[in-house]
Amino acid sequence: MCQWWWMLNFYVCIVDSPFLWVYGVICIQLCVCDGLLHFYVCMVDALCLCVYGGCSISMCVCWMLHLYVFIVDCSISVCLWWMLYFYLFMVDHSIYVCFLCLQRLDGRQTYDYRKIKITFGTDYGCCFVDLGKTRVMAQVSCELVTPKESRPNEGIMFFNLELSPMASPAFELGRSSELLVKLNRQLERCLRNSRCIDTESLCVVSGEKVWQIRVDVHMLNHDGNLMDATSIAAIAALSHFKRPDVGIQGDVVTVYSAQERDPIALSIYHMPICVSFSFFQQGTYLLVDPCEREERVMDGLLMIAMNKHREICSIQSSGGIMLLKEQVLRCSKIASVKVSEITDLIAKALENDKKARKEGRKCGFAESMPQERITALKNLETTVEMTDLTKQASDIVEGVETPAEMALSPVVPAPGVGQVGAGLQNAWGLEDEEDEEEEVDGDEPEVTIVAEKRGNKKKGERPVVIISDSEEEEVVILNPESS
Amino acid sequence: MAGLELLSDQGYRLDGRKATELRKVQARMGVFAQADGSAYIEQGNTKALAVVYGPHEMRGSRNRTLHDRAVINCQYSMATFSTAERKRRPHGDRKSTEMSLHLKQTFEAAVMTQLYPRSQIDIYVKVLQADGGNYSVCVNAATLAIIDAGIPMRDYVCACTVGFVDETPLADLCFAEESGSSLALALLPRGGQIALLQMDAQLHQDHLEALMDAAMTACKGVSKVLDEVVRRHLQEVSVLTGE
Repeated sequence: MCQWWWMLNFYVCIVDSPFLWVYGVICIQLCVCDGLLHFYVCMVDALCLCVYGGCSISMCVCWMLHLYVFIVDCSISVCLWWMLYFYLFMVDHSIYVCFLCLQRLDGRQTYDYRKIKITFGTDYGCCFVDLGKTRVMAQVSCELVTPKESRPNEGIMFFNLELSPMASPAFELGRSSELLVKLNRQLERCLRNSRCIDTESLCVVSGEKVWQIRVDVHMLNHDGNLMDATSIAAIAALSHFKRPDVGIQGDVVTVYSAQERDPIALSIYHMPICVSFSFFQQGTYLLVDPCEREERVMDGLLMIAMNKHREICSIQSSGGIMLLKEQVLRCSKIASVKVSEITDLIAKALENDKKARKEGRKCGFAESMPQERITALKNLETTVEMTDLTKQASDIVEGVETPAEMALSPVVPAPGVGQVGAGLQNAWGLEDEEDEEEEVDGDEPEVTIVAEKRGNKKKGERPVVIISDSEEEEVVILNPESS
Repeated sequence: MAGLELLSDQGYRLDGRKATELRKVQARMGVFAQADGSAYIEQGNTKALAVVYGPHEMRGSRNRTLHDRAVINCQYSMATFSTAERKRRPHGDRKSTEMSLHLKQTFEAAVMTQLYPRSQIDIYVKVLQADGGNYSVCVNAATLAIIDAGIPMRDYVCACTVGFVDETPLADLCFAEESGSSLALALLPRGGQIALLQMDAQLHQDHLEALMDAAMTACKGVSKVLDEVVRRHLQEVSVLTGE
């Protein structure tokens, strides 16, 4: 029985973390030396750690158990183990506990994506993607142009991204922004270099006329991870798009409109999807799909574009982070899992849209927003940590000073004029700052007077304080009379 | 192209190298007197020139000053005569902006910028002849230029472009080999830390590890060569100044 326990331990250590390695070694030693009681204690330990996620409750349970065994058996090895546990917990508390119960601002796990919603517009080639609150729109259009000289029988793909101030107040209307260049180039490399679209089928007359497919992506709301949303929107829009049919008779090229002949879809070989990983604290922590707040504090970003067949289309590291080979390989494994999920989602959305159009139902962006339903304004649920909330709240309430009594009777300095709240203690909490300002600006002899006043902390009568050393005007501060 | 084998059956590439061989590296430091640091490097047929000014006071937009470290400003450009077809390359087009950003990111990780708060370090790199591995050669040239300028760095920054043909990783690609999958890696050899990782075109996930290993080995080879160049240059300079 000890063998399978040992195997399980090592599996957990190698897969998850080096801390459990220490724990595993001690388990073996104890099981070998002392027998069944310790074995049962080890099992309960591991159960607590794995199932309850290593929070302080399970740690305390472990300590209690070890202490009990120590008292019962008086064995030195158990005592040593208890001390090691204690040391690990206290010294490396932040890392040990955090890696087991790491929680993000919105309650996701480290490898979780936000909710992805894909809707299509009325025209072919229009796609909206919601990644949590990040919203992005992609529109595909086509045009007949002359091809490049170096590639006379291939179509052209053109990508254009727009970051308007509508998406975020941080974006300006200036054209050359670093983020814009980065996103543009990454989208180009992800979709064009990976040859996901058959460009040779876009050729109409070799050397003279080819289709130019233009993908315009607009950011509508920036809540982090624009790159992923952009890549999903672009590839979904390209899969949804249908170009007009073309007929060639001799030298004459006729472009048929949608009413004359059915438009033809583009031939797409595979769907490359970008997955973004953000690194924190020099590579100690890794998060998938950072939201906007996480993006602001991250050290750097690693973008991996892959398709469903586990082929990597593009890798790009940005930010000034130093990566290790193992981190990159681990990220690629995570990316392959996420990409297959997202590809299934896109395929399902395309299917639904095709069915809706065939059945003649209304489809489009306006239809995708629920209007006359009870759930129209529903917000997504968020998990919130509430375990010691009451204690925290009571601590805060006790720490706050009680506000002074507020008498709301107005003071009437002149007939027809009233002042409510004059002469009372300032409850806005700005009193200390005003005193400090006076101290800084005042002349030397005034400083001592004001300092004494601060010591009193009572709003009594104060002499007039001159705060400016200008000879032309005299600035005088009037203090309200105490009522 | 018919008949153009990137890797022959005997294991030889188009220019007669084996799969793991690097191209011949020739470099000179201190080529310009005006700049604080400069270097010229030739890796096979790819030639690049790098010039470093700094650290000096912030010029241009003062509001970009960082209070605790230096700002690194990189500019990458290709000469119009660098490729087979003469092409006019306007400054500020997307590709050179992207390369400049990548260079900036690479050197921000390696240069000890905390020693020069509120200053600016300028790195200008120009490709004179492009025959594959442009980014890697630029990084190597910029490393030599920064060492020539005397700016402290954590380690040499060595870069290499590797590709994957017939289940074999090829180190240090030339232009014809770059059309397939290529991975550019900038490495700090002593710690094995990757400052920049960039890959285009398709590669199956299982081959990624082998490719990264080959890239890191190639970068370590490049670092030895660069180290030799620096030591030789210092010897020459010390002989000339009579120390």
